[in-house]
This record gives sequence, structure tokens and C-alpha cells, in this order.
Amino acid sequence: MTPQLSWYLALSAMLFTIGVLGVLIKRNVISMFMCIELMLNSVNLTFVAFSSFFRDVSGQLFVFIVMTVAAAEAAVGLGIIIAIFRNRESLDVDDASSLRL
Amino acid sequence: MQNNLLSLIIFAPLAGAAINWLVGRRLRNEQFIGIVACASVGLSTVTAFFLAFKPDGALRATQPIMDHLWTWIQVGSFRADFGLAMDRLSGIYALFVTFVGLLIHIFATGYMHGDRGYYRFFAYLNLFMFAMLTLVLADNFLLMFVGWEGVGLCSYLLIGFYLDKDEAAPAAKKAFIANRVGDWGFILGVMLIFFLTSAAGHGSISFFNKPAQDVTSALAVIGNMQPDVFNWHAIFAGGITSVAVLLFIGAIGKSAQIPLFVWLPDAMAGATPVSALIHVATMVTAGVYMVVRCSAIYTHAPTAMFVVAVIGAATALFAATIGIAQNDIKKVLAYSTISQLGYMFLACGVGAFVPAIFHVMTHAFFKAQLFLGSGSVIHGMHNEQDMRRMGGLRKYLPVTWLTMCAGWLAICGVPIFAGFFSKDQILWKVWVAGQFSLPNPLFAKGLWFVGALTAVLTAIYMTRLMVMTFWGKERFDVAQTDDDNSQVNNPDHHHERHTPHESPLSMTIPLVVLAVLSTVGGLVGVPYAISSMTGGHPENYFEQTLSPVVSPVPSNSETGEASTNELTWLSPRPQSIDGRPAVAPAGESPNVATGGETPGPEEVSQERLFALISIAIALAGIGIGWLMFNSQPVRQMPRLLENKYYVDEIYDTAIINPIEDTSREGLWKIFDLGVIDGIVNGLGRVVTYLARVVRYLQIGFVRGYAAIILAGALIIIGYFAYSGANVLRLLVR
Repeated sequence: MTPQLSWYLALSAMLFTIGVLGVLIKRNVISMFMCIELMLNSVNLTFVAFSSFFRDVSGQLFVFIVMTVAAAEAAVGLGIIIAIFRNRESLDVDDASSLRL
Repeated sequence: MQNNLLSLIIFAPLAGAAINWLVGRRLRNEQFIGIVACASVGLSTVTAFFLAFKPDGALRATQPIMDHLWTWIQVGSFRADFGLAMDRLSGIYALFVTFVGLLIHIFATGYMHGDRGYYRFFAYLNLFMFAMLTLVLADNFLLMFVGWEGVGLCSYLLIGFYLDKDEAAPAAKKAFIANRVGDWGFILGVMLIFFLTSAAGHGSISFFNKPAQDVTSALAVIGNMQPDVFNWHAIFAGGITSVAVLLFIGAIGKSAQIPLFVWLPDAMAGATPVSALIHVATMVTAGVYMVVRCSAIYTHAPTAMFVVAVIGAATALFAATIGIAQNDIKKVLAYSTISQLGYMFLACGVGAFVPAIFHVMTHAFFKAQLFLGSGSVIHGMHNEQDMRRMGGLRKYLPVTWLTMCAGWLAICGVPIFAGFFSKDQILWKVWVAGQFSLPNPLFAKGLWFVGALTAVLTAIYMTRLMVMTFWGKERFDVAQTDDDNSQVNNPDHHHERHTPHESPLSMTIPLVVLAVLSTVGGLVGVPYAISSMTGGHPENYFEQTLSPVVSPVPSNSETGEASTNELTWLSPRPQSIDGRPAVAPAGESPNVATGGETPGPEEVSQERLFALISIAIALAGIGIGWLMFNSQPVRQMPRLLENKYYVDEIYDTAIINPIEDTSREGLWKIFDLGVIDGIVNGLGRVVTYLARVVRYLQIGFVRGYAAIILAGALIIIGYFAYSGANVLRLLVR
């Protein structure tokens, strides 16, 4: 039984949902960050799946772009996380709420 | 006939202006600037003379010299070219505009010596020449309008030239706004011309037929239409009469006629005599040029011609009476200009287009002479303009005095001098004007009487000017009697006694040249009745040159008395030139009376009689002026006249103040502050209030934001999933 497009999509949806839920539920910044990466990669999976399904290479090109951006974002995000940690001695996102009114 | 030299006439001054503006302002070298300015105008003068007088030049050939540069606008059947044309009319205009302009430039190099804005002044002057020549040489209405606006702009710049003088800026604005009122009429007239010609099948705004560009002359199209009849309703009917009246509104603004004349006197007071002069000699006659250029339209619109004649006559008289009571030497000349322009329009109104142009030309000579003379006086008097503080200048300024005498005698209409012939012809043609444009033959006599009265007044006020300036006791150190307009130029010279001095050569040479022209310039257009007396050359060269290009007034079959013959004389047929029939741009009028161009003996004797009357008028005016003012130069003139009939005050209360009040109280305080600012400020306030509510969404927890993003994403995805279910279904299958 060859893998169908819908399998990939389902897996991707699952990964994405996990990522979303993780972002919403976790309080640890690092975990949230990983969940975001998970979401990005689930989207990558979708892209690749569709690319193969439609026999169109442009989906794979998008994957590369997403990976590049994700790498850049990871660098910036980790930088921010380190900065926050230095200031607050904590990785709990709920502590970083000083922008609230 | 194509000749590319024609564009040199207009572009040489433009180049001069550019060089002076870009290079001259850095060099600040008066010699360089003066040479560039004079050379560029000199170049166009030489070109204009060459093109006009060469063997098949504009003044000799039957066809105009054309120079089609590029197609400017082409939309549908509407077409406007950037094309120049020099026919006999624009040729004569180009000649005197360039020539007088050149003399003014030379004069200005001396007059403006030492001024900080030297380069600016000459750049403006050159730009003015460019605009004026574009106006004159344009081959269609729209390009003419470009020049028309261009001279308006330059006059604004020149009037407001002295940035530090209080009265210059308002005078400049006044000139600009009064001209705008007229331009409104002009541009509407041009639009209406296009509609009319389109309705006739050849939509056009061109003055000439241009087969190469497939353009038909709008004037010819209108000339082939049925003339309107004399009828007051025709003015508002949207036909030819409406066109003529709208165009005349443009001429009213540009040529300073009632009711828009108020800008000209102020313009004179605010500016240098030089720039004042360039207006007088050239720009203000643009209105006359336009009317004569459109003679084909006017000869189809008797009502409009009547309006032109009446406004011209009224302006002539009105301005002359004001001029008699002014004390500023330039203001006298300004009102005199308005009055003389009224004369020209009076002539146009009775169909005497050729004498009108003749008067434009002689007026350019003698008024330029007088203005330059007054400039020389003011220069010699160290910026004193009040005639009450002059007197006896004869022995200090001999050249100025002698040359101004020529101008004075010319404007008064003393025989041999230029003004005599043109003025005499205008008066004569007004007297014999046919019934075409006048509802009642009595009007001709009435208009003649107004014209004659104006001639007397002209002689009186000019004599007054001369007497107050050059004769009598020296009044340089008389205490100031009136503080309105004296010593405004130069406060340092208060109550100092200084000896007047003669002007430098660069100023006196143009004076002499213009004085000679004012003396002999009229001889090109001596009417038959007078030239035949001397047994000399019995041809009116000027009229013979011009009459092919203006439309004759249609003679009316039921004209009374002896006017039939006079009409014959009044409207000569387009004469044949070089064996071929001359082509009038307007086409021949259907019922031009046939007959020889030599008038019958009784008209000749009548015209001679009128010439005698003209001489009597001139001498009487000079005599009255001399008797009144020689003994008592500084006499109190009637207050009403001295205050110019309170026209400015009336305009202030009737028009300007209401507009200002409405603007301030209504438009500014209610509309601008209330509505416009209200909308802007209200928007800001709404945003502030909304933001005050919405900011509670900013809870500050990262996960909250994430949840909101998720919700948003779900909503969007849900929407697409719902509405785009088909697409999804397609994909799954």
C-alpha cells in the first residue's frame, strides 16, 4: 500500500496541532520555541507532499526558504531568550509580561 | 511656406533668460548679463526683420510663414500644434515688439545699473519677450493662450520685482488676479470656438489652414457661417456672438479696459518704468491683437462689436479724465495708456481693424518714448516720481526734454507726428461707421464725440505733464503736500536738495531712436485723403499691407444717407498682391461692396475736414493745458478725479471685502476650522477612543497572543474551507 497524499497531510496536521497546543500550553520558553519549529516543519512536510503530488518543484523551493527563515528566526529567538533569562533569571513566559497595561 | 528661422525669434529670448538665470546669477557681472539679454533680443529682432522684409517675407507674401515644431495635443478631433506663423498681422506685431523690446533692454542696462537683482530683472525681461512673441506668433488659440498666460506671469514677476517695496507685491497680485478674470473668458471662448467649428464639421482652433497637418482654419470655418444679427440675446446664445464676447472679456483683462483696468495703474506705481513700459508698449496691446486676429469672428457678431466699441469709448474717456488729475508721472502715463487702448478697441468695435493696429504701432512708439522719458526723469531726479516736486527740468535734462516733446506732440495728435495719423483715422472711421454693429446711426456720432472729447483731454493732461515736469519754477525742495505716492522709492533722499542730471548714453540713445520713430513712424500709414493733397505717393502702405488679413465689415444693404460709399471705403476688398488675389484667413465676406478702392471726392473732402478738426482738437487741448498749467502748475484738481472716481474703493467694498469676509468668517472659521479640521481632528479622536477600548486586548501574556493568532487563523481557514469546499474536494479526489 503506497503512501497517499492524505497520509502526509494528516501527519502534517497532527504535527501542526501538537505544535499549536504546545505553544499554548507550555510555559517554558524553550519548549514553546521547539513547538514553533515543529509547526514550521509540519508546513514543510505539506509543501514537500504537495510538491511531489503535483510534480512541481516549486514546493521544495519554498521548503528551503522556510528552513532558511526558520534558522534565522531560531538565532534571533534564542538571542531573545538568553536576554530575557539574563534579566529575569527565569524561562517562564508568564513572567515576561511587563508590556501589559 | 515653412521656415525654421521663425522659432529662433521666440527661442532666442528664452535662451537669454535661461543663461541669465543660471549663469548670470553666479557671475553677477552686469556687462555679461546686459550683453546676453540685449544680444538675444537683438537676434530675434534681426530675424524678425529679415523674415518680414525678405523678398517673399511675411509682409510681402500672401501666405503666412509657418513653422510647425511639434504636435502638442491631439485628442480625438481636437488638435493643438506647437506651431508658429507669421503673417502680415503677426509680422507687424513681431516687428515692433522685438524692436521696441530691444530698445527697452538697452535702456534698462543703464537704468538698472547697480541693482542687486540685475540678473533677475533681465531674466524676467527676456522671459517676457519669449512669452509675448509666442503670443503673437502662435498659430492657434491654445498656443496663443500659453503666451497670454506667460506674459501674465512675467508681468507678475516684473511688477513685484522690488521684493522690499510694500506696494509692489499687492500690485503684482492685483495684476495677476485681474488678468485671471479675463483669462476665464478667453479660455471659455476658445472652447466655444472648438464646439462651433466641430458642429460645422471641421473642429479646429487654428488660425490658419495647414494642409500638411490636415488642419482647417477655425477663423475660416466661422467666417463661412451665417453672421449673427444684432440682438442682445445673441450674447448668451452660445453662438458666434458669445464667442466674440468671451474673447473680448479676455482682452478686457489683458488690455486693461473697464471694468478690469484697475491693475494697470498700480502695476506702474509698483515697478520700474522699464518694466512698466514693456507692459505698455507690448503686453497690453495683446488684447487688441487678439481681437484683430479674430476679426472674422467679430465681423460675424455685430452685438459683440457694439459692446467692444462702447467699452472702448467709455474706457478712453474715463481713463483720460482720471489721468488729468494724477500727480505721479508714471500714473499719468498709465491712465493715458488705458485711454489709448480704449481708442484701439473703439476702432475695432466699428470695424476699423487696420487703424486699430496702426494706432497700436504708433502708440508703441510714442508711449515707449514717453515712458522711457519719464524713466529718465525719475532716474535723473533720484527716484522722485511726484510731478509736483519737479519743474524746470528742461535745462537739466535737455535730451530727455527734446525727445519727450516728440512723444508729447505725437500723443496729442499734432500733424506729421505719428499719433496724428492713427488717431485721425480712428476718429474718421468712427464717424462714418456703418450700421452693421451700431443699432442706430446716431451712435456713430456719439462715439465720435466721446473720442474727440478724449482727444482734447489727452492733449490737456499730456501738456500738464510736460509743463509740470519741464517748464516753470524748480520745485525740488518744496515740502511734500501729499504723502500718498512720493518718495516711496528711496527714503534716504528725503528733503535733500540735489541737482538733476542727464542720463547715460545707454538711456538717451533709445530715447532718441523712439523720438524719431514717434515723429516719422506715422508716415507709413498716411490715408489717401491726406497723401493725395501733397501729390505724393498716394498709397496707404500700412493699410494695403494689413487689409488682406483682416475681415471687412459686411455692408448693410439698407444703410442710409451717403454711408454706402463710405462703407466701400471703410472695407476695401482684399486687394490682389503680385497678381494673385490675397487670401484673407477668414475668407471673403459675401457682400463686400464692389467698387474702387479710391474713395469718392466728397468723402475725401469730408475726411480732410475731419483731419482739420483733429488738428484743431489737438491744438485746442495743448492750448488749454498750457493756459491752465503754465501759470499755476500745481493746482488742485477735482478730488473725484484725483481719487480715480473711487473705483478701487468701490471694488473694495463691493467685491473684495465681501470675498474677504466670506473667506474669513465663512470659509475659514466655519468651513475650514469647523468642517475640514473637524473631520481631521474627529478622526483622530475616534481612533483615540477606539484604541482606549481595544488596548485591553493587550493582556501581556505570550500564550494569549498565540491563542488569538490561532483563533484568527482558524477563522480564516474555516472560511476558506467552507466557501472553497469544492477545491478541497477536488484535491482529495
